[in-house]
Amino acid sequence: MKFTIQVNEGPYQHQSSDTAYQFTKAALAQGHEIFRVFFYHDGVNNGTRLATPPQDDRNIMKQWSELAAEHNLDLVVCVAAAQRRGIADPDEARRNGKDADNIAPGFRISGLGQLIEGGVQSDRLVVFGD
Amino acid sequence: MADIKKFMYVNRKAPYGTIYAWESLEVVLIGAAFDQDVSLAFIDDGVFQLVKDQDTAAAGFKNFSPTYAALGDYDITKVYVEKESLEARGLSLEDLQHLVWEDEDEDYAEKDSIRLVSRAELAKVMADQDVLFNF
Repeated sequence: MKFTIQVNEGPYQHQSSDTAYQFTKAALAQGHEIFRVFFYHDGVNNGTRLATPPQDDRNIMKQWSELAAEHNLDLVVCVAAAQRRGIADPDEARRNGKDADNIAPGFRISGLGQLIEGGVQSDRLVVFGD
Repeated sequence: MADIKKFMYVNRKAPYGTIYAWESLEVVLIGAAFDQDVSLAFIDDGVFQLVKDQDTAAAGFKNFSPTYAALGDYDITKVYVEKESLEARGLSLEDLQHLVWEDEDEDYAEKDSIRLVSRAELAKVMADQDVLFNF
């Protein structure tokens, strides 16, 4: 089956990102296809490479990056939600006159159309959030 | 686009305590360009999103409620409001914005977008959807 995953909450404050990650990993392990993982609302905060969680805890952002590298996942951060919350790739940083970017490896910034397309193209859209 | 799917956006939260309502509306407006069969549902505190005459000046928020009136222009004509949620909050249809759409097939006659439905009726509509977005 082909899935699109939507993650609506940021890391640590809520369990949604952890659950979405575990679901994605399990679905891939069972041979399903992940069409896209779309990060919306505070979920865009999963896409920062500047977070430094304690070393004895899971690194949620890094887990996503590693899973993306391993399975060639499409991790998309919503541009409008990202601009509100200060998640930027080099292009976005330049366009908005910022002095730095912070996007984590494996993530890309794009529009809400990518979420809708996920709903159209996938057999199931699974939303993880409060 | 080959397939037309039934998309429902389920709005469950009050409009300003969190950003879910506003960012949901942003998805709805962008999604309208994809020519899917779209409907909206308002349940729980989500019914507050449609309350008319919202004034956010004192709170310092942008009042995005006028945007709902534009849904008809985006060919979004099905807005389900759950009766039980409305009543539990002491609200009635008269407290909500009057949302309309223009029916091209009937000489652009103005028709009501809001459909007041019971929880059981809404459950049936939901079961009939292909994609449910929860906000």
